[in-house]
Parts: sequence; structure tokens; C-alpha cells
Amino acid sequence: MSEAHNPLNRETGQHHDRHQDEAAPQAPRKLDLPGVRALLEKSHGREYWRSLEDLAQTDAFQDLMHREFPRYASEWEDGDSRRNFIKLMGASLALAGLTACTRQPTELINPYVRQPEELVPGRPMFFATAMPLGAGSTGLLVESHEGRPTKVEGNPDHPATLGACDVYAQASVLGLYDPDRSQALSLEGEIRSWGAFLGAVQQAMTQQKAKRGAGLRILTETVTSPTLANQLKEMLAAFPSAKWHQWEPAGAHSSGAGARLAFGQPVNTIYDLRGADVIVSLDADFLSSGPGSLQYARQFSARRRVRGEQTGMNRLYMVEPMPTPTGTKADHRLPLRAGDVEQFAWSLAAALGADTGGRKGASTAADKWIAPVARDLQQHKGASLVIAGEQQSPAVHALAHSMNAALGNAGKTVLYTDPVEADPVDQVASLYDLVKDLDAGTVDLLLILGGNPAYNAPVELGFRDRLKKAALRVHLSLDEDETSELCHWHLPMSHYLETWSDCRAHDGVTTIMQPLIAPLYAGKSAHEVLTMLTGQLERTSYQIVKDYWATQHTGADFEAWWRKAVHDGVVPDTALRARSATPRTGWAASLTQSLTQSAPQSSHAQGLEVVFRPDPAVYDGRFTNNGWLQEWPRPITQLTWDNAAIFSPKTAQEKGVVTTDLVEIAYRGYKMRAPVFIQPGHADGSVTVHLGYGRTRAGHVGTRIGFNAYGMRTSTALWQDYGLDVRKAGSDYLLVSIQDYHALDTGRHTIEKADIAEYRKNPNVIHEDFESPPPGLTLYPGFKYDNYAWGMAIDLTACTGCGACVVACQAENNIAVVGKEEVHHGRHMHWLRVDSYYHGDIADPKIYNQPVPCMQCENAPCELVCPVQATSHSSEGLNDMVYNRCVGTRYCSNNCPYKVRRFNFFLYSDWNTPQLKLQRNPDVSVRSRGVMEKCTYCVQRINKAKIDAEREDRKVRDGEILTACQATCPTEAIIFGNINDPNSRVAGMKAEKTNYGLLADLNTRPRTTYLAALRNPNPEIEG
Amino acid sequence: MAQIFHHSANTFSRITIYGAVFAIAFLTWCFATLDRSGYETRQGEVREQPIPFSHVHHVADDGIDCRYCHTTVETSNTANIPPTKTCMNCHSEIWSTAPMLEPVRESFRSGTSISWTRVHDLPDYVYFNHSIHVNKGVGCETCHGRVDKMPLMYQQNSLQMQWCLDCHRNPERNVRPRSEVFTMGYQPPEDQEAMGRRLIAEYKIQDARTLTSCNTCHR
Repeated sequence: MSEAHNPLNRETGQHHDRHQDEAAPQAPRKLDLPGVRALLEKSHGREYWRSLEDLAQTDAFQDLMHREFPRYASEWEDGDSRRNFIKLMGASLALAGLTACTRQPTELINPYVRQPEELVPGRPMFFATAMPLGAGSTGLLVESHEGRPTKVEGNPDHPATLGACDVYAQASVLGLYDPDRSQALSLEGEIRSWGAFLGAVQQAMTQQKAKRGAGLRILTETVTSPTLANQLKEMLAAFPSAKWHQWEPAGAHSSGAGARLAFGQPVNTIYDLRGADVIVSLDADFLSSGPGSLQYARQFSARRRVRGEQTGMNRLYMVEPMPTPTGTKADHRLPLRAGDVEQFAWSLAAALGADTGGRKGASTAADKWIAPVARDLQQHKGASLVIAGEQQSPAVHALAHSMNAALGNAGKTVLYTDPVEADPVDQVASLYDLVKDLDAGTVDLLLILGGNPAYNAPVELGFRDRLKKAALRVHLSLDEDETSELCHWHLPMSHYLETWSDCRAHDGVTTIMQPLIAPLYAGKSAHEVLTMLTGQLERTSYQIVKDYWATQHTGADFEAWWRKAVHDGVVPDTALRARSATPRTGWAASLTQSLTQSAPQSSHAQGLEVVFRPDPAVYDGRFTNNGWLQEWPRPITQLTWDNAAIFSPKTAQEKGVVTTDLVEIAYRGYKMRAPVFIQPGHADGSVTVHLGYGRTRAGHVGTRIGFNAYGMRTSTALWQDYGLDVRKAGSDYLLVSIQDYHALDTGRHTIEKADIAEYRKNPNVIHEDFESPPPGLTLYPGFKYDNYAWGMAIDLTACTGCGACVVACQAENNIAVVGKEEVHHGRHMHWLRVDSYYHGDIADPKIYNQPVPCMQCENAPCELVCPVQATSHSSEGLNDMVYNRCVGTRYCSNNCPYKVRRFNFFLYSDWNTPQLKLQRNPDVSVRSRGVMEKCTYCVQRINKAKIDAEREDRKVRDGEILTACQATCPTEAIIFGNINDPNSRVAGMKAEKTNYGLLADLNTRPRTTYLAALRNPNPEIEG
Repeated sequence: MAQIFHHSANTFSRITIYGAVFAIAFLTWCFATLDRSGYETRQGEVREQPIPFSHVHHVADDGIDCRYCHTTVETSNTANIPPTKTCMNCHSEIWSTAPMLEPVRESFRSGTSISWTRVHDLPDYVYFNHSIHVNKGVGCETCHGRVDKMPLMYQQNSLQMQWCLDCHRNPERNVRPRSEVFTMGYQPPEDQEAMGRRLIAEYKIQDARTLTSCNTCHR
């Protein structure tokens, strides 16, 4: 997207979008909010709604709901008419006919010269490694096809991952092949060789040697790598006056400070949710973000698996400003301003008798909760848990420690260990320290290893300008980014899939990372750059990492130990041991103002609250150039390709703004323009903005989209503060949320839910108001399945809506990225979507997530209407989709009640960029223009498993086939298998009383079914 | 007003209208014939290779088993074109100075692959798997023909979908005992169909409905 396209970068002027004017797939979303409220009051019949537009029953929503694609999806807007489009399509059809009569082009086979041992061409190999991110890491198994990493899966042997995987790791494989990654080393923009850099830097280092490193500064992100930490330590020993600084914009600032506050020392907190019956989350999205979330999600959902007689469920209370996946799972969720969460924490701690120094929180909307929640917690001493959100103030973290101590949870559901970080410093202080030296002009050589501080340092530092005060600046990074631009030397960094290294997970479990491919662009790792500085030129990452571990290994056979550790992806005995930690008495009394957040007298007196959060997709901005993540609909908001100022309906109404308006937001003298998004369930009086956008040098995908919230983020309020001013500044910004696209009629049987108490009384409760059509009632021919009959069941009680499955599907099935404009036209290609449904009041709705892949209907409406039989019923019950047969009539998607079919309106797959071809899964066709596509239950995986089983003369075992979505699901919500086998997990799930089919009244007999969403509310709390 | 068209125009238009039907049918037939022709499928066409490798010499004369070179035919979707190392196992000892084999030695020295021209080239949307065919008693010869009689490699069969389906619909016509899969010049018994049906049961070859499901080959 060019600058001219982005109204956020313009000073004045209204963005006027052509498509909004004429085509208007969404008619102007001008919503009368009082009208919506009135509607809600009287519309008791409508249990669920998808969006405010749905609730208000706007024409635009109705139109989207009644069509399979938005109305103008098939218009070609670059020409002037539909006629033109047909003309061109006609011409290409004729050409397509002719191409069928050309001979295939000659293909070459280039075999190995010396074939690597164990490599079988055509069969992928899997290598264990890990992806470090902040103060944690995700243990992975990476699929490699003849040396090309194509897909990552979680490493089942890694205790923090357990086979699951998050979106960042799933999308990282695209990051590896990103053609925008920096491909050369450069000095002030001119390409240089590593030799030239060595010469320059060694000269500088010689000078530093004489000064004992007084002018040497190293800036890194959070370091968990034992090898890198050791190298830095050695460096500091050799240059005693040099300093190592750290800055991680979305790092563990609050939890670190909270631990220092409560315990007087850095302590790492990890949770064991297996024993937690009652959980209170203080704005902690522990199920889908932050280190350890994969493990927590697995443990949490295991305690909510209601099957038959087994009806035990844990209970989650959640207070948070912005709905998160964890919030959607809460049995009780209350939207609270981020600042009010702290007040609630003080009050709850006081009610629990925890040490608060006699302090009580100010009154909040959650006051009614305090007594019942405190009672519930006290009834579950030692089996309860209070979790503080990383973005809450240090005081909230200390309060959580106090409450857990008072409840006797320490050592049971909450465990304390030594820190995972190599050097758990206060990173804000660390950065301030660096800035002080920069101002003093004492920095001769600044080495920035990773990170992008010129973009994401606290705004009051003016880091961009101050950075220039270092005499020689060297930046090692994956991309030539905002910081590289300001540095003399830019060094291309090797991607984590290209290098040897090591990293630690949230609980300390260490992985020795191994490369899957040689560096594509001659990048070097931080290890190698550091050794270059000390003059050891030829040491590779492999030698550096291995040598370090050789010094750590005490047993006899190091080589065998090393091979096993690398192979397993887990270094044995590296999990941090739990230690005891008790909050200091009187910590609360000693609390200084900076570690807490004062309660405002009233929201109006001090303006709105601004809440900064890492973006669910692009995180702190490092993934901005990743097309998969950009196009990935963010959980709940379903926004793509943008960040927004997110308002509650009431606050938006007060400010007179609606979704797609532009506002000027001002805070502490910093101003910027942002599009508005109204999110039901957001806290009133609070505005959430996501970090990571508005980058000026990200690459072709990510440059200049969205607005840069770092531009108003200061070190004294890293995550939230009061005093935001909002003024309407425009309208009709092209903000694309796909929430209303591919909408099903919410008046029908989409979501089934029940409270656990109702279920215990009557397990059939979800079928009470609804009778499935008898199976025989059909004119379709019956199918017999003698062998396998594949099916899927999705447990809505477990699904958090984290969306990892969507990216996993994209990676596995070569799904194309289409771009914001195309998504706006409803042409996005994701085979799997996660629908959000709301239930109840717009201020505080319950939110339900529903992953919707192809249902693989038994009576499939799509199959009968295809004139060329490009989609047909397989012998194992799949609705096969044959791309090479498809002529693009789109009848099938027109006839699909679930709207799960996707059409290549244009040539979306990149057939030209050589790097991107390397990423593709060789077992799945890359689709071309004019072809329909859809979920096939990962039929390539089914066929592979079937062939393997038949070769061994056996049946496919249950659990042998994991679809991509299932494999990555942190909560094991998605189960796939053979429903002909009564002992399979999927058959067991389908036999549950809570099992239901989506829109089953249509008698399509879907193969994908759902287990109803169950909640375990506290009867003492209303609603 | 004078007539614009002569009377004969009636006949002319009739011929055109009825003739068009035949013309279209004829054109369709032409296309179909061309589409099935060896020109299109490259059936029977010897492809030029960087080294005139002779299967006659290696298979028939020397008696080397298929699997000595095509190592992964029983385990993977691809049979594997052997690495240069496999050639050099013998040719570092025999014919080690033959000028014809210079590309092999050059490849081995430089580490650059020998670029062979693909002879059996299925379209990219077809996912063929060698291992399952070999393990279910489909002989190499059944698809590739008498390789031991091909001095230079060519494609014996059309490899078109119809040809695949012939066997997927009626596997009993072609399956042979597993012990004979790699045999060249195998003589099927007279009761091939009866034996085929027996082998289908024994090898648990799936029914025609499964074998002709689209996803068996396309995905």
C-alpha cells in the first residue's frame, strides 16, 4: 500500500473510497446506537448476533447474509463494467481451452550428487527446534521437504508446547522466505562485504580495548539464550567498562517489577492450571498470548472436558478492558477499564485478607463481584489461582502474589522459579541509562543485536534522534527497518530457522535450535557477530553453541548427549526448579506511585483511558511484513490488515463516532489519527490501541499501514493511562473486519450452549428446542462406507478462538494472501474461519467462538450442482474438490449453506517470486485463477497415512492423522478421525449428548459437528 | 424492390447451418484425436538426455535390479532418480575414462547435479505414489513397459487419466504377485483375472469406488 492510499498518514483531507461509494459491499455502517439498544430490549427471540449491524438488521448485513460472497465480489472494479469483465474472462476461457492442447513443457530432474543419509525424496523429515519470542519460546517440529522448511508443528515432547503451536510460529515460515528480508550487508545504504565490516569494526574494537570498552554499548532484546548470555558476559568481562542494555517493547516489564515489588528480587511466575478449580484473571489473556500460553491453554481446557458422566469444570472469572480469547472462555467476564482492574485487585485482595497495607480499591463496576468471587476463592484454597495480566501495573502483579499466598496456592497452582531471562533488568531503566550515555557523547560503538528501537522505544526518549549521537552504529536485523536506516552498518540477520542457537521457554526448558536451511541471504546470527567483534572470525554458530554446551555438560559422552538434546528439541533437566517465594510483609505500604495506577476521580474529569496492547497479529511490529498474519482475522474483532482505536458502543456513542470513522486521538501532547472500531464487550471509557503498525520501513506488505501507537507510548505508561482525548476527524476509512462476511443466519441453529448445571440436570438440554431430521429423510442416494469414514468434532467449550488453526491451515494448504482491498470485497481465501457470536447485552455480551471448516456434508448441496463434477463425494465421505476440473461456475459456493467455499477471483497465488515457491507444500496443488477451493480435511495427510498403513498391512490408527488445524490447536478442541471406528476419539465425541450439527435442520448431515459450549457460572452472580 | 439475395442463398444457408454441426463435430474430433495422440502425450518419444543412459545395458545385460538405483520406489511417492554417487559406485572402476561418461564425473567433481529430462511427466495436479503401487503388486513393467528393451528411455503408455482409470477400475487385469513386481518380461498366467481377484483380496487392494475417488490422485 502506498502512502497516498493511507489516510492515516495525511495531515488533512478526507479519505474517499471509491468502493464505499458505489459498490458498497457494506453499505455505510451508520448505526443508531439507541436504536440498537431498543432492538435488543425487545428482540428476545434472537439469541445470538454477530455484530451491531446484525443486531440492527441493517440492509447491508442482510445482504451479506443472504449471499455467499458479498454482492460485488465478482465485479472487476478496475475496468468499467461487468461486461468488460465477462469479455476478458471469455477470452481467457477460450485460451484455457487451447492450452489444454499444448504439450507439457519439458521438466528437468536434478538429483542429488551425494544423497544425504536418511533422506528419502518425497517424504518430509521433521527437525526439532524452537522459536524464541520475548521471554519465552515455542518448541517446534519443522517439516522439511528436501531441505525446504515448509511447515511448523508444535513439538509434542516439549513440555511448554505439547504439540500445539501459536500463530506467530505458524506464520514464521513465511517470514523465513520473505523476499523483503534484507539480502545484503550495507554501510549507509551501500552494499558492502562482511570483510569490509570486519575491518571497520575491528578498528573500533581495538580502540575500545584501550579504553576497557568505555565507549562500547550493546543493545539487545530480552535474552533467554544461554549461549548468547554467556557470550555477552565474556564480552563484558573482556571490556569491563562496556555496557549491555535490553529493550523489548512488549516484554515482561510489569511482571518483573511486580516480582521485585512483592519479593524484593526477580522471580519468574508460572502456573499449573491442572489443580486450579477457580481462576481469577486480572486482564490476563493467559490462554492465547504470552509465554506459556500453549501449556496453560492445554491444562485449562483439560479441566473443562465434559464427557458423559464426567461433568467437572473449573471456573474462570475475568476482568479486562478489551475482549480477548481468554475472556470468551470466562464463565464470568466483566469489561473493566484497565486502570479499574487494579482497583478491583486491591478490593479483592482486601476481601481475601491478603496483605494490602490496609488499602482498598476505589469503587468499580465489579464491586458486586468482590464478595462472591472472594467466597469462591476461599472455598478452594490451594486449588484456586489469581493471574495478573502482563500489561497490568506492577502493583497488580504484587497483589496477585499476595492473594495467591493468602489462598495457599503458592507451590500448588502457582510456582515460582528463578528468572528465565539471562539478565532480568528493568528494561526502561536500562534504556534510559543508554540514552544518558548517548547524550553525554560517550558511546563510540553501539551494537544493536536484533530489535527495532528507533521504531518502538518509548516516545519521550526521542530515540531516533538520540541514536545518532553514537559515533559508530551497527544494527543486526532481519529487515532493513527504521533502526537500520539510522545506523551506519546494517547486517542481515539469519532467521531462527537458519541458525544454530538456543532459547528457553517460560518454565526454563531449553531447546538447542538447529537450522533447517542454510541462510538464504548470507545472514549471520547474533552469536557470530559477537565473535567477530572479538576477532574470532571463522567460528560458526554451530561451533559457538556446541562449545558452550560442552562446557555445561558434566557427564561422560558429550557427543551422544548433544545429539540427543538436539534431536529431542529439549535439553534434559533444564526446567527451572520451583522455589519458595513469599511476598515481603509491608510491600504494599512501601509501594511507590510509579508502580501503581492511580484511580481517576471520574472518567470524564481525566478523559478517556488509553490502553496499549501488542497486536494479536503483528505483535510488537516485528511481524508487520508477514502477509499471513496481516490477513489473519484477529480474534473477536475479525479485523484484518489494520489496527484501530477500539471503543465500546457506549463510548463511541458519547464521542459521536462509528466504526470506519477517523478520529484524532491526543494524549500527553502526542496526536495521531486512527480509524474507529466499535467492539461490543469493550470497557466503557477506555480505548484500546494495538502496537506494531504505522511502520515506515517494513517491506512491501507492511509499510505504512495502520497507525503507529508507539508514537504516544511513554515509559511511565507503557500499557495504560488516563487522559486520552478523542476528536472526530473524518469518516469512511477502509477498515476491514470480516465479521459479517460469510455470515450465517444467527436466528438458526449456529451456536448451542448450556450451563453445566443445566447439563447435569438434563444432558439432552441442547437438543430440547430442536429436533434433527430423521436420517432417512432424503432423496439423495445413500452412501455406504465399508472402510473409513472421516469426520471431525469441534469442542466449543474448549475453543478459545485464538485463530492458530487459521494460519496453520493457510501454511499447510498453500492458501494465498489477497490483500486488504480484496478482503474488503469478500475475496479472502481462508478455508477455515473462526466465527464469533455474541449473546446478550451489547455492553457486556457473552462471546462464543466457532471454527468453521468445510462440513463435508453427507447430503452435500455443493456436489449436485457442479456441472463438471469437480466436487464429488469420495468413498470415505469427503466432499472432494478437484481443482483441475473446476471451471469456476461458483454454483457450489452459491449452494453451500455454510459459506465455506472460496473462489480465486484473480490470480492470488504468487507464481513468480522464487523464494515463496520454496515455502509451498508439495503435496497440495497451488490454485490458479478461476478455481474454487475449500477445506478437504487435509486430504494429503489422510492419503499419506493411508498409504503408510497399507504398506504395513494395517488400518490407520486413531490419532495417526492430525489435520493441520487439529495439530496446532492448543486446547485440543478439534478432533479428527474415523467415525466408522466406535473406539476413535472423534466417534466418542460424536456420541456425546452435547454433539450437534451446524444448521442441522437443513438435513445436510454435516461430518463436522460441534460439542455445545458449556459454561460453569457461579450461581451467586447474576448474568 | 429487387431481391437482395439470390434464390441459391437458401441452399447455401441450409448447407451452412447443417454443415456447421458436422464442422463442429469434426473439429471436436480433431481436438480429441490430437489430445490423445503421441504428439500430445509424448508417448513413445525418446527424450534427449545429457548422457545416453541405456536401460538395456544396465537392466538386461548387467542384470541390475531396479531398486539398486531407484531406491525409494518401495517407500516414497517418487522412485528416486539416483544421485551421481550411485553411478560412480561402478563407474569409478569400470569405464572410468569413457568420454561418454564425462558429465557423470564432472558432476561428481563439481557437486552439480546432472540435469536429466523427465520422461514420465504427470501433470502437477496428479499425486502419484510409487510405493503403494509397487506394494500392491503393480509391476514396474505394467506402466513403464519393457524398460530392459529400451536403449534410450521413452514413455510406453499415454499416462492419461483414462489409462490410469482402466486399471483403477479393474485392477485384477494387471496385478501380479509381489515377487514379480520388478520382473521384466513377466508372463501373466492364463487365468490372470482369477489370480488378480485372489491377489486383490490377499493384498487388500481397495475397491474400485475408493480407487476412483477423486482424492486418490488429485488434491
